[in-house]
Amino acid sequence: MSADQPNVRTAARHPEHLLSIADLGRDDIADIMATASSFEAIGEREIKKVPTLRGRTVVNLFYESSTRTRVSFELAAKRLSADVINVSADASSVRKGESLRDTARTLRALGADAIVLRHPAAGAPAMLARLTDARVINAGDGAHEHPTQALLDIYTVQKHLGRLEGVRVGIVGDIVHSRVARSNALGFRRIGADVVLIAPPTLLPLEVNALGCRWTHDLDAELGELDVVYLLRMQRERHREPLIPSEHEFTQGFGLTRERLARLAPGAVVMHPGPMNRGVELDWEAAESEVALVEAQVSAGVAVRMALIYMLLGGQPAEVAS
Amino acid sequence: MTGDSTGSALSFVLKGGRVVDPASGVDRNLDVRIDGEIVVDVGENLPADGSEVLDCRGAVIAPGFVDLHVHFREPGGEESETIESGSRAAAAGGFVAVCPMPNTDPPQDNASSVEFVWRRGRDVGLVDVYPVGAITAGRRGAELALMGEMHRSAAKVRMFSDDGDPVPTAQLMRRALEYSTAFDAVIIEHAEDPSMRDGEMHEGGVSAVLGLRAIPAEAEEICVQRDVALARMTGARLHIAHTSTAGGVEAVRRAKAGGIKVTCEVTPHHLALTDEMVRTYDASFKVAPPLRSDDHVSALKEAIADGTVDAIATDHAPHAAHIKDREFEYAPCGMVGLETALGVVLTELVEPGICGLDRVVDLMSTGPSRILGAPEHGGPIQAGRPANIVVFDPETTWTVEGSGLHSRSRNTPFAGRKLRGRVVHTLLRGAFTVREGELQR
Repeated sequence: MSADQPNVRTAARHPEHLLSIADLGRDDIADIMATASSFEAIGEREIKKVPTLRGRTVVNLFYESSTRTRVSFELAAKRLSADVINVSADASSVRKGESLRDTARTLRALGADAIVLRHPAAGAPAMLARLTDARVINAGDGAHEHPTQALLDIYTVQKHLGRLEGVRVGIVGDIVHSRVARSNALGFRRIGADVVLIAPPTLLPLEVNALGCRWTHDLDAELGELDVVYLLRMQRERHREPLIPSEHEFTQGFGLTRERLARLAPGAVVMHPGPMNRGVELDWEAAESEVALVEAQVSAGVAVRMALIYMLLGGQPAEVAS
Repeated sequence: MTGDSTGSALSFVLKGGRVVDPASGVDRNLDVRIDGEIVVDVGENLPADGSEVLDCRGAVIAPGFVDLHVHFREPGGEESETIESGSRAAAAGGFVAVCPMPNTDPPQDNASSVEFVWRRGRDVGLVDVYPVGAITAGRRGAELALMGEMHRSAAKVRMFSDDGDPVPTAQLMRRALEYSTAFDAVIIEHAEDPSMRDGEMHEGGVSAVLGLRAIPAEAEEICVQRDVALARMTGARLHIAHTSTAGGVEAVRRAKAGGIKVTCEVTPHHLALTDEMVRTYDASFKVAPPLRSDDHVSALKEAIADGTVDAIATDHAPHAAHIKDREFEYAPCGMVGLETALGVVLTELVEPGICGLDRVVDLMSTGPSRILGAPEHGGPIQAGRPANIVVFDPETTWTVEGSGLHSRSRNTPFAGRKLRGRVVHTLLRGAFTVREGELQR
C-alpha cells in the first residue's frame, strides 16, 4: 500500500459514516466482505431475516428516484429487522422549499439511527452528517461518490475471480460525471487492484491524476490485459455542453462491441452499475453474455448493504455467523 | 476614559504611535494632533496643550482603510445586511470608506437608486459610502446603464461594475470602456469568461475528486486578456475585481508594463485559503471567483510583493444562514470579510515577510483611494487634511467567531482561526467610529 492509503485499524473502531469509500481502510473493507458473505448465506435460507437490529430505525432518504438502490437498501435493513422508513423527495422542490437542513432536524428529532441518503448534489451526505446524530450512508451524491456500489462491486469481483490483489480493472466511459467511477477507482485501489481509467479526454476530469490511477484514451490497447471491464452509463442528463461528437463515435472508440467482447482476456468479466444504455456502452449481446456480471452485482448489493448497516450500527464481524 | 468623543469631533493627540503613511512616505513614531475634523499637526513630542492624549505606543497610525468592493444588500436583501449593519462592520474593521456593488434588488443602475445608497450611507455616518453603478441596465448585460446620469447625481458615481457577472461580450465591454472615458470613470470587471463559468469551485485535482462542476483558472485569464486589449484600444481605466489566478495577475503585470491603464485588487480570502477547504463541502468556502490552488495563491502573493496588485478589497458578501448553509452546489457565493481583512492580511502577508506594513497600508488605503478618486482618503496624514485615520495593534492575536461580528450575517470562512492584528480606533473626519476596539454606535 502506498503512503496515501492510510490503513490504520483500531480494534473494532469503524468509521461513523460512509460518505466516501475513502472512509474505509483496507481492513474495514475486508470485514464488510466477510460479513456480507455470512449474510449472503442467510439470504439463501427460507427465513431470510435476522433479529440483529430490532428496534433500530433506518431512514432511506432519496432525493433522486432509484428503484434499484432504494429497494436494495430497504431489503437489507428489513432483513436485519430494523424499522425502515422510506422518504422520497423531489429534488426540484428541495431547491426551492424545505432544505436538507430542516429535514435533518426533523429526522434527528424522530430518532433515526441511520440515514441512507441519495441526493443530486455532491457533498449532501457530508452536510447531513454534520447536522444529525444518525449514521449517514451515502447512496450516491451528485457526481461525487457511490461507495456502496464500490463495495458490492468489490464483493462481486472477489466472488467471481477469487482474488482482489493485483486484479486489473479498467473503468470505461463517462468518468467525469460518474460517482461510480470515483468510488470504484478509490475502492479497487485500496484493496490492491490495479485500476486504469479509459475515456476520451473530454470525459476525464482536468487533473485526472488526483484520482490516483493510471488513465488512457486507448481502450483497445488495454482490453486484452484487463480482468474486469467496468463500463459506466453515459450520463446524458449531466452533459450541459457537447462533450463528444456523437454517441456512435463514442461506441466506436469506447463501447464494448461484439468484436471487443471476443478479444477479452480469458476469464475476464464485464460489469456495469446499471441502468445500461444498450448499444452505447455495450452491445446488447455483450450485456447478455455469460461474462457479464450485471445481475450478480445487483444480488450482491443486499448482502453488502446488510453488512455495512450492521457495521455502522455497532455490530462486530464475528457475531454474524451465529 | 474621559469625555464623550463620539459624534462631534474634539481636540486630541494620538501619542507615540508608528505613523505609516505611504502617501507622504513617512514611517516612524510620531504624534498626531486632531482638532475637530482635521489633522492640525504631525510631529515629535507634541504638547498636550489641554487636549486629550491617547496613548498609541506599540500601535500603527495609518490613513483609514478604503474598500473598493463590498455588498451591503440594501435594497432587497436586508435580511443578510443593511447599509447600517454593513457600515458598522466596516468601521469595526478599520474602514472609513466603502464601495457597495450594484447587485441589489433593484440594481443600482440609475441616479435615484445610487442616490438612495449614498444617502443611507451618509445618514448612518459610520463610513463614507461611494456606490458603484451598474455597467449595463438591470445588470442584464445587454445595453449600457445610465452611467452619465449616475455620475452627475449626488452620489457622483465614478466606478461602474456588473459585479457578480462579467460583461458578456467584447463589443459591449468596448462600448462601456469608451463611454466611461467621457467622465474619467473606472470600469470594474468581474473577470470570468461567460462560457466557462458554469461551476461551483476551482477546476483542478480537488474538483476531480469531489465531483463538483468547476471553473478553470483560464476563465479569469481569458477575460482579463480580453479586457486589457479593450482598455488599450479605448484608453479607458480598467480595474480587475478580486483577481484570483496566476494568469490574471500576469496579464495585469504585462498590461501595466505596456502603459495600459489597468489596476487590480485581491481579496484577503484568496490569499489565505485554497480549494482544499472545499473538501468539507462546507458552503462557507464557496465564493466567486472560487478559492484557488496553492500555486495561484503564491502567484497572488508575488504580485503583491512586486507591486502589480493595487488594492486589497474584501468582496464582503453577507448571506443569511438559511440562504448560505445549504448543499454546496445550491448555496450562493460569498463570504463576509470587512472585520477580518486586517487580521488576515497581517497574518498572511506581514508575518511571513511577503511585504511590510507600509505596503499593507498602501494596499488597504492609499492605493484604493487613488483608484476610487477620493483624495479625502488614503492620506497623507498631514496638517490640514481630514482626520480619516485607523489606529491598529499589529501584534495582538485573536480568534474569529461568527457571533462576534457586527455584520448581520455570519458567513465567515475564518471562524475559529487565529489572526494577528486588531483595530483600536477608527476615526472618520475626527470622530471616533471605533474607540478602544468598541464600536461607538
